Amino acid sequence: MDDSQANRFAALCMLGTLLFNYPVLALFNVSGMLFGVPVLYVYIFAAWAALIGLMALAAESLD
Amino acid sequence: MLHGPVIVLTSFAYLGLLFAIAYYADKRADAGRPVIASPYVYSLSLAVYATAWTFYGSVGRAASDGVGFLPIYIGPTLMIALWWIIIRKILRISKQNRITSLADFIASRYGKSALLGGIVTVIAVIGILPYISLQLKAISSSYSILVQYPEIRMPVAGGTPAIWTDTAFWVAMILAAFTIAFGTRHLDAAEHHQGMVAAIAFESLVKLLAFLAVGVFVTFGIFNGFGDLFGRAAAEPKLAAMMTPFEGVAGSYATWVWLTILSMMAIIFLPRQFQVAVIENLDERHLKKAIWLFPLYMLAINVFVLPIAFGGLLRFGGAGLDADTFVLTLPMAEKQEVLALLVFIGGLSAATGMVIVETIALSTMVCNDLVMPVLLRMRRLRLNEQPDLTGLLLGIRRGAILIILMLGYIYFKAAGEAYALVSIGLISFAAVAQFAPAVLGGIYWKGGTRLGALCGLLGGFGVWFYTLLIPALARSGWLPGGLLEHGPFGIELLKPLQLFGLAGLDQITHAMLWSMIVNVGAYVGVSLAAAPGADEHRQASLFVDVFRNAGGSGGARFWRGTASVPELFSLLARFTGVANADVAFREYALARGIDYPRQALAADADLVHFVEMQLAGALGAASARVMVASVAKEEALTLEEVREVLDEASQVVAYSHRLEQKSRELEAATAELREANARLTELDRLKDDFVSTVTHELRTPLTSIRAFTQILHENPDVEREQRVKFLGIIMKETERLTRLINQVLDLARIESGKAEWNASLVDVGEVVADTVTGMSQVFEEQGIQVVCQIPPHTAPVRADVDRIIQVMLNLLSNAAKFCDAGRGRIEITVREQGDAVRVDVRDNGPGIDPADRERIFDKFRQGGDTLTAKPRGSGLGLHISRQIVEHFGGRMWVESRPRHGACFSFTLPADMAGAHAA
Repeated sequence: MDDSQANRFAALCMLGTLLFNYPVLALFNVSGMLFGVPVLYVYIFAAWAALIGLMALAAESLD
Repeated sequence: MLHGPVIVLTSFAYLGLLFAIAYYADKRADAGRPVIASPYVYSLSLAVYATAWTFYGSVGRAASDGVGFLPIYIGPTLMIALWWIIIRKILRISKQNRITSLADFIASRYGKSALLGGIVTVIAVIGILPYISLQLKAISSSYSILVQYPEIRMPVAGGTPAIWTDTAFWVAMILAAFTIAFGTRHLDAAEHHQGMVAAIAFESLVKLLAFLAVGVFVTFGIFNGFGDLFGRAAAEPKLAAMMTPFEGVAGSYATWVWLTILSMMAIIFLPRQFQVAVIENLDERHLKKAIWLFPLYMLAINVFVLPIAFGGLLRFGGAGLDADTFVLTLPMAEKQEVLALLVFIGGLSAATGMVIVETIALSTMVCNDLVMPVLLRMRRLRLNEQPDLTGLLLGIRRGAILIILMLGYIYFKAAGEAYALVSIGLISFAAVAQFAPAVLGGIYWKGGTRLGALCGLLGGFGVWFYTLLIPALARSGWLPGGLLEHGPFGIELLKPLQLFGLAGLDQITHAMLWSMIVNVGAYVGVSLAAAPGADEHRQASLFVDVFRNAGGSGGARFWRGTASVPELFSLLARFTGVANADVAFREYALARGIDYPRQALAADADLVHFVEMQLAGALGAASARVMVASVAKEEALTLEEVREVLDEASQVVAYSHRLEQKSRELEAATAELREANARLTELDRLKDDFVSTVTHELRTPLTSIRAFTQILHENPDVEREQRVKFLGIIMKETERLTRLINQVLDLARIESGKAEWNASLVDVGEVVADTVTGMSQVFEEQGIQVVCQIPPHTAPVRADVDRIIQVMLNLLSNAAKFCDAGRGRIEITVREQGDAVRVDVRDNGPGIDPADRERIFDKFRQGGDTLTAKPRGSGLGLHISRQIVEHFGGRMWVESRPRHGACFSFTLPADMAGAHAA
């Protein structure tokens, strides 16, 4: 494993930590609906899915 | 339709199906065609993480605080992003050292310490009990609810039915029997349970499908999609508040963050996760798929948690139903019998999967790291002399499984009923998080010591026990309630829920904060305070540098002592059976190209290490070490010697680096030699050219001298006038011959470095002026106009006066030779240029072709066309002049354009020191 691949995963972990933490979470902790679903729920699941997508990209490009 | 017998029969049919799957997978594995050698099965088996907690408990948690259940799944997602870094390392270490469990891993890292392994086992068993009790509670209460159908009634809490009528007891018993049949049918040296893994992967599919079915039914069957459901929930103020659950900065975010961290630890350090992710892993490359498939699974199983929670709250309102049961009670309330049964089976999958893997992992730990080390040390038992101990090992494991499940049942009875599912599970999460410093520190920090790990684990576990387990027991009435409100003995500072007055945090955050401070503090502090011993030093290097000693049996180089092959064989046979031992020895011999009668094997460090590793697979590292030590007399390595071995290894690396360097140097030298050889060949060729040219040059004047002397000799009556002319030519040719010979000699002297140089400080201007004056006769005869620009004083140069005169004579006579006859003009300039004195001699002759500009300085080269024009010199003058100038550190060159004359220039460096001295 070269370092750049390891760094990619470390960066994704940090990105996730940022997305699911104060203060980013607080930005979406508001009343209101998006597609009929509370904003916070939409945000969390969308961000989660995006993170998994990036992890899939990083993992599948491993040699 | 949903009567007790139907439910029980369906459950047993399901368990039977699992057993069949496991049996099939084991058969396939024995045949060498494993079904679980797939990244998809590996990913699904990791989903054993989703237990009854996820299946029933998440909805319960979501019904009280919205997204509060999610950190339990987001934390693992964040951690899995680091799996390629962390788990791959743990995998590599575990395979190299044949690690069989988490306890074995920690014990092995810190010098194969049996004490540490035992303590980790005890912590794991006690810490996991609440978690197992959670599964028992989920199964028994879901059964109790389902069996009431069509009524929906919560089971009576606090009642104490006789033990043989208690559902939870029978659930525990059946699960114990099932797990024993499942996981301890035979002893695998590598602790692989392929059948179990296949069954677990199947269970993961069942529970996911069951949960998605309920989710779809609630969202689209009871309600009209997400918009309808959330819209109606938003209309109720209590439910609307759960859509923005975070209040302020400190409280709810802190809980969120701590739960995330906690579950990040849990996904690695829960014994069952370690079992499926590390011990059962067949191929490190499976990680690549698991890194994103497993988080995707967690995402999928959580999508419908909030809809079900809101649906339940809307449907039942204040009917007093426990939100933990919504997954089951919603289909029941809608009279969906099949769906309700599917949910029950899904919950059963989630719970049994957890219990099976967890108890197998724990029983391995109890057997290898707790019971066997003690038994082996009890000499009275004479275990060393038993021919076959595999039966004993299996017996211990079966007993351990039974006892662990009974303890889980007792915990359930003692404390489980007062808590919601998630709260019970979190207590276990906090317990296994105590392993994080010792393991993560152990694989990245060589400085961590056995004593440090011991203190950290005991300290952290102590705080966990005091701040989480004691309150749980107190709330259930097993300890006086005043303990929580006033602290032990009335000491307020020691209140378990507000230790040292730290208030305002929820229980888990509070416990994690204090236990991590104590754990990490003790681990690092004690490790730094005392140096590690030889064993610890060796193991630390094997673990931390696992990617560097990729050769495999890195441990063998640390062993020194004597052993015998038959003793080693019978030792291995005792614990793994004769047949397995025979296979292992055959493979060992084969790998080393030795013919198998065992006698041919040498009982060297390699073989001893091999046997120890095989034993470690069955017994754990600590016990294996004790056993091997009983038959092989090992000379204890001191810390110094371990360091030496490590140094040797690094010296070997350094040595190979040096070798590489040497070979590179050799290559460079070879290249230089080749180049020198080419130069020599070239010089040799030049010498041949030189000799042939010189002889040619000598022959020309000799021929003409001979011709004229012959004429004079044969014709004595040649006219006087004619004779004088002929004699003049002969004289001239002789002079030319003499000059040529002198120059050749001169050149030979210069080139061989034998020339005499009488260097002194010279005023170049003066020398040039003298030379010009000396040649003025020649110039006048040819009618050449000479213009001199020579300053009265130039900087002195260090050179040989005679040689400089030689150079000037050569340049001036060349100039005179090539000047236009009659209209000739020569300009001579001397000036200082930088740190040098420069002399230019310019003529107005035909000039030099650009192609010839450098070649005229070569030997025997002449300006002009040598084929047509008669040569007017030896062709050595310029060459010698340049040699002279360069000898004194100067430079000589020519600038010229055809038909515009040529300008020969040379510089000589000024001697500044001489100038000042002068």
